Amino acid sequence: MDRPIKRDFKRPTHIDDYPVGPQYEAGFLAEKNAGWRTFRPIIDNEKCIYCLICYLVCPDGTIIKNDGEIDVDYDYCKGCGVCAHECPKDAITMVKEEL
Amino acid sequence: MLEMKKNNIFISGDEAVAHGTRLSRPHVIAAYPITPQTITVERLSEMVENGEMEADYMHVESEHSALSAAMGASSVGARTFTATSSQGLLYMAEAMHYASGGRYPIVMMNANRSVALPWSIYGDQRDSLSLLDSGWIQVYVEDAQEALDMIIQAYKIAEHAKVLTPMMVNLDGFILTHTYEMVEIPEQEMVDMFLPKFDTPNKMSFENPKNMAFSSQPDDNTEFKYQQNKAMFDSIDVIEKTDQDFGEQFGRYYKGMVEEIMCDDADAVLVTLGSITGTVRVVAKQLRAKGLKVGILKIRYMRPFPEKEIMELSRKVKAIGVIDKDISFGYEGTIYTNVNSALSKANASVFKKNFIGGLGGRDITKAEIEKMFMDLLEGIDSGKQATVEFFNLKVETND
Amino acid sequence: MTNQTIDIPRVTAKNMTEKEFFYGHKACAGCGGSVAVRLALKVLGERTYSALPAGCMAAVGFIFPQMAFVNNSIITTFPGVASMASGIAAGAKALGQKDFKTVCFAGDGGTADIGLQALSGMIDRDDDVLYICYDNEAYMNTGIQKSGLTPYGTQTTTTPAGKNLPGTKTNKKNLFEIIAAHDIKYAATASIGYPQDFINKVNKAKHTKGATFIHVYASCPTGWGTPTHTSIEIAKEAVDCGLIFLAEYENSEFKLNKNPKEFKSVKEYLTKQGRFKHMTDEDIEKVIQHRDYKWERMRRNWSTKK
Repeated sequence: MDRPIKRDFKRPTHIDDYPVGPQYEAGFLAEKNAGWRTFRPIIDNEKCIYCLICYLVCPDGTIIKNDGEIDVDYDYCKGCGVCAHECPKDAITMVKEEL
Repeated sequence: MLEMKKNNIFISGDEAVAHGTRLSRPHVIAAYPITPQTITVERLSEMVENGEMEADYMHVESEHSALSAAMGASSVGARTFTATSSQGLLYMAEAMHYASGGRYPIVMMNANRSVALPWSIYGDQRDSLSLLDSGWIQVYVEDAQEALDMIIQAYKIAEHAKVLTPMMVNLDGFILTHTYEMVEIPEQEMVDMFLPKFDTPNKMSFENPKNMAFSSQPDDNTEFKYQQNKAMFDSIDVIEKTDQDFGEQFGRYYKGMVEEIMCDDADAVLVTLGSITGTVRVVAKQLRAKGLKVGILKIRYMRPFPEKEIMELSRKVKAIGVIDKDISFGYEGTIYTNVNSALSKANASVFKKNFIGGLGGRDITKAEIEKMFMDLLEGIDSGKQATVEFFNLKVETND
Repeated sequence: MTNQTIDIPRVTAKNMTEKEFFYGHKACAGCGGSVAVRLALKVLGERTYSALPAGCMAAVGFIFPQMAFVNNSIITTFPGVASMASGIAAGAKALGQKDFKTVCFAGDGGTADIGLQALSGMIDRDDDVLYICYDNEAYMNTGIQKSGLTPYGTQTTTTPAGKNLPGTKTNKKNLFEIIAAHDIKYAATASIGYPQDFINKVNKAKHTKGATFIHVYASCPTGWGTPTHTSIEIAKEAVDCGLIFLAEYENSEFKLNKNPKEFKSVKEYLTKQGRFKHMTDEDIEKVIQHRDYKWERMRRNWSTKK
């Protein structure tokens, strides 16, 4: 998967653990965004025609092209529902997250 | 000292800055014209045009953009230069804090000029002194030669790994920027030996992509500010070492944070900043010839502040006066506030006086300086309180 | 819709890089601005420096230690994004770097208000920077205040609608034509509701040396009072009802990319958004009149050839 994944961030304990000035490794993710989600997109790859509209319009880039099928990176999907709404084949269902 | 060819030319302070900049080989120059800085940027443009310099000269549309562009260039590891004055410096104020917080070692020439209103294109130091807290190293020079030399030194200091802090080289408007003097132009090879190529971990690159100038939460913000403050304090040693190395290589040593002139046995010392030092030197010598024990403390750096030197001075003299070509309205001169803080830490029991004048380009005469020295000498053991005085007001007041 | 120059390879969802460059950010769910940033970076690729002034995308992308840009990216001063980007382009070039692009992502306030002067300078110098303005029609990051691109009738927190005021009293600044008036090499308008058109325009700008500009309409569920799942739909409707137009400026000529025979309902577009809910029929009529005035002028003066 060509996307950053959550990494372990060790909180600085010494001043020299901080970067010199406010700059840090590009794409370093210390947190997931999964906790934001109320509804989870579920892909029905049987219905999916692989038009990739969902892939194009996802604000978080969490739709993954997987060899003709669609996957979702649930670590960073916020559950906005844009993918399901834009899908021309109703192949994506928003299902309430269980707490 | 290495052998060097003498190359002395008769140029203005602004032109001396341009030569210092050329010799430092910045990659990018971004500047917006303002009197009395203009000659510097005009010369630099010519140097770029005629191939003496390889820099990219950016014709930005404002001072805010000048410094923003310099930060952009610095953020990918380029050496940058900008120059401004007065209103332009204040227009940059946001970007100044940004540059120091971002740890971009930009070098800027500031032509010290009064701040409107009333409008005045002439010199005083209210512009830069009002930005003491912006996190820049501030050096003030006395003549054109020092201006040229300090541009070269500024890059070495600002870019030092322990410092990475922008630096402002201040020249008094007109008195220095437009006055012609003989200036020795160092050889490029010598400058190249003195000033290494700029290299910093604090940059974006395709080998090592970065997200820069980020937000920090309250959990981390204080630490970044601690780090910045530490770098400023660490610059003191770098300033001293750089000046010494420069002296060894080029034969001109400016004595680091301050220059003490005839202070060792002095009773009364005047603290100066910038070009006024030259006039005070003349007066002090005349008074010495008459047997009066006077001296001068030429402050070179306002940030970091030469606290140690002032505390030491207070232990050997009896009266300290501070000339401020600025005023923090409702209080006193800014240099005086800083000097006084050091004196209080030293528990100094000297007689003190703050002389406010030279605002908006008014000349400070030898007679006035002589009177300052006499005031200080008379104040010793007089039991008088410290005072703040506007000298040479040309009218009566109600005070 | 966009005329593609033959030698620029077309970028589509099928062939674009799988890499994501704006990821794990803290933008609101359904954020239209992040669609614009994300797609643009996928077209521009990893050898890109992005510069973002204060604004939503800066606020949500760089919260130490959560660094949401995978490419080199920097937050700039609010008024100085264009000049800082110019400095990046100049600095990198002076250091001998080749085959890279510098891009600005600035909001409507950062572009049409506080950043306009620096942007004008950047275009005047023809610096090799692509400036993308994601327009969500108000200062959203600070809590939905009116900007120079907030349209007539919009309720914002500084233009409340009430007995005396209709909400925002003025029309959007004509940003696209302000930019074009510099005789810029390439400028375009776009909407995230037409993502392929936006991608094509970014691609064209990527392959144009010098200053280029794209004004992309980007919905904001939080500020507009729309459900998060309709972010693309609403941005498409804005185009279909004619309040937002898709156009290009190239070789000193304006071109309308989409010239519909009939517009969809403005009223429908407006009334489904919280920010326009208060609008009277009279106010809506004013909006329609202004739209028609603009379109009459554009159709008269601009090329409408496909």
